[in-house]
Amino acid sequence: MDFDAAIFREVFPALLAGALVTAQLAFGAALLGLVFGLLGGLARVSSNRLLRGTALAYVLFVRGLPLLVILLFLYYGLPSVGILLSAPAVAILALSITNGAYVTEIVRSGIESIDRGQMRAARSLGMSYALAMRRIILPQAFRRVLPPLTNEAITLVKNTALVSVIAISDLLRAGVDAMTWKANTFSPFAGVGLLYLALTIPLLVINRVLEQRYRIR
Amino acid sequence: MMSDNPAMLRVRNLHKHYGAHPVLRGIDLDVAHGEAVVVIGPSGSGKSTLLSCINFLEPFDTGEVRVNGEPIGWSAGAEGTRVRQSERELDRLRAGIGIVFQQFNLFPHMTVLANLMEAPMQVLRQSESAARKHALALLEKVGLLGKAGAYPGELSGGQQQRVAIARCLAMRPALMLFDEVTSALDPELVGEVLAVMRQLRQDGLTMLIVTHEMGFARDVADRVVFMDGGLIVEQGPPALLFSQPSAARTREFLGLSTPSTH
Repeated sequence: MDFDAAIFREVFPALLAGALVTAQLAFGAALLGLVFGLLGGLARVSSNRLLRGTALAYVLFVRGLPLLVILLFLYYGLPSVGILLSAPAVAILALSITNGAYVTEIVRSGIESIDRGQMRAARSLGMSYALAMRRIILPQAFRRVLPPLTNEAITLVKNTALVSVIAISDLLRAGVDAMTWKANTFSPFAGVGLLYLALTIPLLVINRVLEQRYRIR
Repeated sequence: MMSDNPAMLRVRNLHKHYGAHPVLRGIDLDVAHGEAVVVIGPSGSGKSTLLSCINFLEPFDTGEVRVNGEPIGWSAGAEGTRVRQSERELDRLRAGIGIVFQQFNLFPHMTVLANLMEAPMQVLRQSESAARKHALALLEKVGLLGKAGAYPGELSGGQQQRVAIARCLAMRPALMLFDEVTSALDPELVGEVLAVMRQLRQDGLTMLIVTHEMGFARDVADRVVFMDGGLIVEQGPPALLFSQPSAARTREFLGLSTPSTH
């Protein structure tokens, strides 16, 4: 083992900068993925066949492809059709499209898990479908899917490591650079591991707090 | 038998199929203003489906339903055709028809008070203070003022059903439908729900009640309707229908002996 505390301290600031990039990518992709997933989930339970079919195709397509393939396809493919995006923008897009497909299925299962009587009661009181979804069904579904949503958020943080292949200085890339620069593996990678854990473990804590707060009595 | 008041509910030749299976096979029914009509009949006779068709939660196939003179579900189109009403129109009509379900269907993520205020504020655009004032008055009426801040999961079945009734009343419905509202309750909790319904009867609310509580039907109903196989077999004042039904099927259902033909 080649761990060296002096090297660890020396490379840590660079790793911290990389972790900040990773956190930003994950945060942006999680927000956008939640939007995609919410729209996708609502489309999946819609009475409109076109919407249902489109959402199902989205889910099947994205879940059947490696994220790395989607990432490289967008990074090299979009410029060829005249769309020029920065590397971080492509990264967030690829991550959120992928994350959104999984969130779509989570949202669908959450909505479907709510007793049909809830929608019937809401509609019988004169509420529109949209209002009933927003006020009655989704708030209950959200509480039920918090645990799987947390899992997706953690997966998302870990998946950001793939973006190092398209010239983004994320946490993994910072670690690899430090390894090459210092000709030392364990010191930078101890920092990389600790920083990934520092990003993922708080998500579990947040999940716990939200579950307590939105518990249905 | 029929009141002279104009019909609050008017159902004509109502048909409904589930796939190839006919559930309603031509129902004609009137409920007058302030009248309480009780529907009885065996399981699968179409009683609950009839209620769901009246507020178009279940779209019916053919026939006509009018509530307070207004058609619900289908409107007359050009040259004798009919057009399905817009969702917005259906929402407006449903807001004036209360329905209480067997399974209560309270919103579990909201307090009792919020359950009562939700639709008045979101649908009728009442102010929070007006909705709260009315909700509290209704909770007092059903004897649950002390539970305003509780969540549905903290209440007994009987209490939940009383909240569900109050939640309907918060919309000031012209017509209330009750779909076997005591069937999911423990026997000792049935009485408190029926007591609330008796109170509503005295207040003059127009009610259409599907129930298996024959004693309650006898006490409260202005008229009893017996349904079987998707049809109304017979109807009449409870005293007459329960003691001297004219149809053999009704006698059989009520457990009365069939008069001998010899």
